[in-house]
Amino acid sequence: MTEIFALAGQNLLSPIILSFALGLAAALARSDLSVPEAAAKALSIYLLFAIGFKGGVAVAAHGVDLTLALSLLAGFVLSALLPLVAFGLLRAMTGLSALDAAAIAAHYGSISIVTFVAASSVLDSGGIGYEGYMVAVAAAMEAPAILSALWLISRSGGSDGARRMDRDLWREILLNGSIVLLVGAFAIGWATGEDGLAEISSFIVSPFKGVLCLFLLDMGLVAGRGLRQSAGLLQMRVLAFGILMPLVGCVFGLAAGMLLGLSTGGVALLMVLSASASYIAVPAAMRVALPEANPALSLTLSLGVTFPFNLTLGIPLYVAMARAATGG
Amino acid sequence: MQTHSAKRVEITIEAVMQSRLTDALKQAGVSGYTVLPVLGGSGRSGDWTRAGEIGRASGMVQVVCILRPERLSVVLERAFAVVEKHIGLVTVSDCDVIRAERF
Repeated sequence: MTEIFALAGQNLLSPIILSFALGLAAALARSDLSVPEAAAKALSIYLLFAIGFKGGVAVAAHGVDLTLALSLLAGFVLSALLPLVAFGLLRAMTGLSALDAAAIAAHYGSISIVTFVAASSVLDSGGIGYEGYMVAVAAAMEAPAILSALWLISRSGGSDGARRMDRDLWREILLNGSIVLLVGAFAIGWATGEDGLAEISSFIVSPFKGVLCLFLLDMGLVAGRGLRQSAGLLQMRVLAFGILMPLVGCVFGLAAGMLLGLSTGGVALLMVLSASASYIAVPAAMRVALPEANPALSLTLSLGVTFPFNLTLGIPLYVAMARAATGG
Repeated sequence: MQTHSAKRVEITIEAVMQSRLTDALKQAGVSGYTVLPVLGGSGRSGDWTRAGEIGRASGMVQVVCILRPERLSVVLERAFAVVEKHIGLVTVSDCDVIRAERF
């Protein structure tokens, strides 16, 4: 327990978290501080490229083994399974309709790559090693949750989920810009290895945390605006789900990580992926596939509740749990 | 200068539906359209702004096209099939164009 508090305290006072807090406070206080849309997109492109590239380099250095393939499979299964758990919890805990519950569940089966990046940063700062291919696992966990949500809708008596999935939506999900960049940068890092990294390290290693701070400032602003605009929309029980679901999801990640025999950092990252909720890829897919669902509910919950929780308290908790479980 | 009557259709719709809407317009025989970014706004679904957003889920765009009056009905039917369930606004107004053969 002492370790969790120490890690949480250290995490809360890091420039990354304080930047997020600044953005959140500024938005809640109705400051006119804002990051232009184009700048925010540029920051996200930088972060996705850097994290993907470094993951590929790590795989090039350590080689490919069976655990990589099994980890990808585990990520796929977790992403497909977690929406079922989230849907069950939402229906039991809240009075939300099946449609809104399914849309929210899809967000919680998918992942937040920013939370993953922040967790990697915490692990790096603490000198805790992790498998470089976890980036690929993150990419594998983006899409299956969407299919599970549509299946839930079909099963709940809504219209046929398959009809909602047209060819364009399949392409948008599988070739989503974030996934293409993450997987592409991973492949480039894998192909070029340490030599490639040495050539561009001054660009993708040294400035990384500074860029992450600016990006999280923006995320804080967006989350704060969402919370302000949705005040009164989220019932207490829905808010509670936003805290409970990551704690449930992390246990699934912990079990999968232990079964796979991942390192301490690898287990922690799989827990983070299972505990996080998407607010980029899935919201867009849900607007196309389930337009009747209220987007303010799912976005505010994933970005305004679960994301800050994971960033501040969740990550230290997951790292401490992974350390206790693996003895690392 | 000689001008000709036409209809101006403005459709403000969720950014994720942009390509589906423009495909429907093309299928309805619309010869051209313009897509405009929308910075923010407020409506039945609450306030929103594009500032700082990195995903397309909460963004809106406006698609504008000019039509011959006799084409309006078929274009609106096609467009409405796309926008019906989504957040957005469809308006039609009268306008005059100089080169009627382009529409």
